[in-house]
Amino acid sequence: MRSIDWLQLGLFVAILALITKPMGLFLGQVLDPKGRTWFDPVFKPLEKITYRLMGVNAEREQDWKQYAIAMLLFSAVSCIFTYAILRLQNHLPLNPQGFGALSPDLAFNTAVSFTTNTNWQSYTGEATMSYLSQMVALVIHNFGSAATGIALAAALVRGIARHSVATLGNFWVDLIRTTYYLLLPLCVVFALVLVSQGIIQNFNPYTKAKLLEPMTISVAEIDANGKPVLDKAGNPVMQNQIVTDQTIVQGPVASQIAIKMLGTNGGGYVNANAAHPFENPTPLSNFLQMLSIFAIGSGLTYYLGRMTKNQGHGWSIWTAMMILFLGGALLCWWSEAKGNPIHQQLGIAAADGNMEGKEVRFGIFNSALFATVTTDASCGAVNAMHDSFTPLGGFVPLFNIQLGEIIIGGVGAGLYGMLVFVVLAVFIAGLMVGRTPEYLGKKIQSFEVKMAMLSLLILCLTILGFAAWASVSQWGLTGLNNNGPHGLSEILYAYSSCVGNNGSAFAGLSANTPWYNTTLGIAMLFGRFLMIVPIMALAGALAAKKISPASGGTFPVSGGTFVILLLGTVLLVGALNFLPCLALGPIVEHFLMLQGKLF
Amino acid sequence: MKFFFNEIRGAVMSTLMMAIVCCGIYPLVVFGLGQVLFHDKANGSLLVDKDGTIRGSRLLGQQFTLDKYFQSRPSAAGNGYDATSSGGSNLGPTSSNLVAAITQRISDYRSQNNLATNALVPADAVTASGSGLDPHISLRNADLQAPRVAKARNLPLEKVQSLVRANTDPADFGILGEPGVNVLALNLALDALAGK
Repeated sequence: MRSIDWLQLGLFVAILALITKPMGLFLGQVLDPKGRTWFDPVFKPLEKITYRLMGVNAEREQDWKQYAIAMLLFSAVSCIFTYAILRLQNHLPLNPQGFGALSPDLAFNTAVSFTTNTNWQSYTGEATMSYLSQMVALVIHNFGSAATGIALAAALVRGIARHSVATLGNFWVDLIRTTYYLLLPLCVVFALVLVSQGIIQNFNPYTKAKLLEPMTISVAEIDANGKPVLDKAGNPVMQNQIVTDQTIVQGPVASQIAIKMLGTNGGGYVNANAAHPFENPTPLSNFLQMLSIFAIGSGLTYYLGRMTKNQGHGWSIWTAMMILFLGGALLCWWSEAKGNPIHQQLGIAAADGNMEGKEVRFGIFNSALFATVTTDASCGAVNAMHDSFTPLGGFVPLFNIQLGEIIIGGVGAGLYGMLVFVVLAVFIAGLMVGRTPEYLGKKIQSFEVKMAMLSLLILCLTILGFAAWASVSQWGLTGLNNNGPHGLSEILYAYSSCVGNNGSAFAGLSANTPWYNTTLGIAMLFGRFLMIVPIMALAGALAAKKISPASGGTFPVSGGTFVILLLGTVLLVGALNFLPCLALGPIVEHFLMLQGKLF
Repeated sequence: MKFFFNEIRGAVMSTLMMAIVCCGIYPLVVFGLGQVLFHDKANGSLLVDKDGTIRGSRLLGQQFTLDKYFQSRPSAAGNGYDATSSGGSNLGPTSSNLVAAITQRISDYRSQNNLATNALVPADAVTASGSGLDPHISLRNADLQAPRVAKARNLPLEKVQSLVRANTDPADFGILGEPGVNVLALNLALDALAGK
């Protein structure tokens, strides 16, 4: 843990803190239908045309049910749109490599994955997706699901800030304004910065490069029917083949990476995601990508403070998030820097840490920090392979996801997820002192607590239910890349990632099978939409309540006591739900590694 | 019911508008500006030799086995540095397959570079990268390989070492990330020196 790495960590937190207020103020303008931004001259006419085409009256607000229905319809329609493109990609243009259509289960999994802001990828991007599929079928959700998340957070914040009303805003207005005024302008600038670092943006067919040193590789011999030739013992016959070229991937990558990060989507253009030099070429591009994952979510905490006229509340939530972030980052960094004693006994320099699955330009620290950031937020981009992390290094991303993606979190989703814990925390505080719990002047009653608990139970039951099913089923076990406790971690990570709408993976798991594609797809749908509906009901209930004036006995929702109470609630719920299964995965693996046990 | 149909129209038209604006105009604007402002980088940072042949990308590693070339990290991309099949080994910390692979690589690395049988080996030299296409090796890894390359090419060690330094990408602004030696660029420079 070198001092230069501490400097980078300090720089990251400092810049994040500095952009939180301007981002929050800008969000305030974007999420106010009458707000003004610098981009009005460009986008105001487009906004008006869009509403006219959609038949939307921007003045009319919706109650929580109408808001939720509009959101669900948008998600459903855009999901079908993506499914159709993926199934028909071989008939559509911009497919210079001539990739075929996706299988029904893979297309289902992928369409759901991008609609739910998860971006779980069962496929290898560079060998599966045409330029059109990447640029249209997937990117539309990178914008749409991010804007949806921000819209929902705004609706919940309005529910908290308003009183004695039935409406929460208009979903269509929030969706379109967020996309046009927030995401698009940021993305254009960010994408160009990324191109300047070396991310590609073109429509050329893949380029053939002549290798300096031709390679001899061993491949299975194929007969006339395209089947591998087997010898008498039933093993495939291998033959040597000389490779003289490297095929270099091309495509419109930079525009996709910009929104992949800003919208906490995380779906890579290529299989190796942000570890690939074409997605993340330099330490600077890496630093900016980490910042952009947190930028909007961090600004939303300021927006919350501004809207509820209690800036201390916004900053308190931000502080609680930062404490959880730093705890995870330090543990992950320490564990990766310490490295793997088994490998060090073989002769690897201990000072180098655990470099399996990591890139030289990022090294230990930036790989550990990226892994923490991407799983705190529900981004799921990876710049190193989490599957090859040390047990405790891999525990951090897994536990971050299981906490519910509330440490900054996915754009919007992080804030509304955290507000569920806030409701729970003030409820617990109320019980402890024997008063009716209040949150910003509103009584928290049984309906609100029921809705909050419902969304937490769905998270836990879906993750553990599916993971348990997979780990006792043949279809679940055949996909494993590692044995022993690490195999359980692979399954647990997959369902946690999908339910939490993260999308990163212990990527050794071969998940492109009908069983995994289907169950993971359902897990993603549950994790997104079954969580959202109770939260919208909560927003509606809060909006309808009266505000009672604060008194001496009111529990303050800012300051140290509140931060500690909130942290306690988050960690307690996470630990009670998941420690038993974590003990069987990464925790026991840590002790087995110290004893030198192999699987 | 009227509410429902209105909302479906909203969903369909918003999907279409977003497809046009976010998936059509936006990537084309970035494409146009990127091609004009950063033409070389937007097209893959390709390295072209003096005959005009594309020899690779500055950002993507290649596999080398000969003594006269600096060698890249082990790769789990396809059969090694297959740029259409990026990815890591995804082998975990208690994987016996990973231990077997690392054991073999350490022994190969020591014998190829004439190191003592108990010499510590740089981690990047014997572990697979995340992308399988890592263009860099660590400075210490390059230093340990330099004498072998100098001998195979009949060059003074100082000459090889100065080329290593010339092809090292430093940490950004001196603090972000790690410095790394770009293996493909370095090997191309060595070949250019040999006049082939």
